[in-house]
Amino acid sequence: MSSKNALIEYCLRIADNSSILAHRLSEWSGHGPILEEDIAMSNMALDLIGQARGFYAYAATLENKGRSEDDLAFRRDAREFVNRNLVEQPDHKDFGTAIMRSFLYSCLSYLQFRTLMNSNDETVSGLSAKAIKEVIYHVRHCGDWIVRLGDGTEESHQRITDSLNDLWMYTNELFEQNEVDAILLNDGVGVDLTLLQQDWLNLVKEIFSQAQLTIPDVGGYQSSGGIKGLHTEHLGFILAEMQFLPRAYPDAIW
Amino acid sequence: MTISKQAVWEMLNSIPDPEVPAISIVELGVVRDVNLEGTSVVVDMTPTYTGCPAMKMMEEQVKAKLILEGFEVKVNIVFKPAWTTDWLSDATKEKLRAYGIAPPEKLSFENLHPFAKSDKGPLKCAFCRSENTSLTSQFGSTACKALYFCHDCCQPFEHFKCH
Repeated sequence: MSSKNALIEYCLRIADNSSILAHRLSEWSGHGPILEEDIAMSNMALDLIGQARGFYAYAATLENKGRSEDDLAFRRDAREFVNRNLVEQPDHKDFGTAIMRSFLYSCLSYLQFRTLMNSNDETVSGLSAKAIKEVIYHVRHCGDWIVRLGDGTEESHQRITDSLNDLWMYTNELFEQNEVDAILLNDGVGVDLTLLQQDWLNLVKEIFSQAQLTIPDVGGYQSSGGIKGLHTEHLGFILAEMQFLPRAYPDAIW
Repeated sequence: MTISKQAVWEMLNSIPDPEVPAISIVELGVVRDVNLEGTSVVVDMTPTYTGCPAMKMMEEQVKAKLILEGFEVKVNIVFKPAWTTDWLSDATKEKLRAYGIAPPEKLSFENLHPFAKSDKGPLKCAFCRSENTSLTSQFGSTACKALYFCHDCCQPFEHFKCH
């Protein structure tokens, strides 16, 4: 694989993670538990859409096949999406689960952008320097809620514990890498995710200890394969909704 | 037509921020550079937040303004260096305060940590300047603002976040 193709794939990964998580958060628009939270979740979704746009646009420019950022977001099938399976998991309208999902992902995203800010690739470093400030707010906001719920009532503690237990099996996959990462690491463009895993765990534990939460037994099943396009059944349903309009009405503009 | 680069900056400085009309898009810091060649002008702009919906509007306003002034316009979106509220001058911050938005404080790089303890002390109320305030939500009516409440004048107010 060429350096250029590796970079395209890498940008798609970041963009797919952002846009799928943004879609999940946008499902809360108008359904937040309180007005301020409704606004917060929509704002986080908006930040992620912005990040996705930046990386899709860069991937589109690099591949130079006449596809736009919209084509990459709305005209690719589930098997071509290279997001981590964590971000596509449903929350069944359970607020704690939505917050936990964002928290687990944002902690990684924060660490990743912190390294990518110094990438040899100008566009990647520029986009990352921008995105990191947004992601910090996401980590902080979700972290605050996890502490409130975990260290709250008996019911809130139980429910956020359940959310953590349900989502933990998707966390190992956040650090999966393949030849794309190896090439970009060699080029000084990418990050070695294995080096971030311990930092991620420390960040997550810092909040969990305040929230009286315990990390589930690590011996259990762990999901795998998002970066190879292997997904849970949920991604197809997300895309069916997310991509319906541009596919049904290809010339629609607004 | 001979127009100086300075004159183009002034034209752009007359365009208000669509979300916070008390300040201009130049004062906001999203206009990074102006390159003038005869009647064609290239404007470099940078987004505040990656997903800010007002960005497209600002871009359109820049184009509309300069086309009306007889230019051929191209807007270039640049990402580096990343926009920061440190670019807001003290005069601009005062305009924000007068408009009812508590302005951002100075941002240092150490703050780029999600759990960094702030040493800035309490945020002053945008209306009565009391320090008896608390954060309602990190996220407000636009991407760049947080919601606060003042316990002395009992008013909710917005804070232009440090970024």
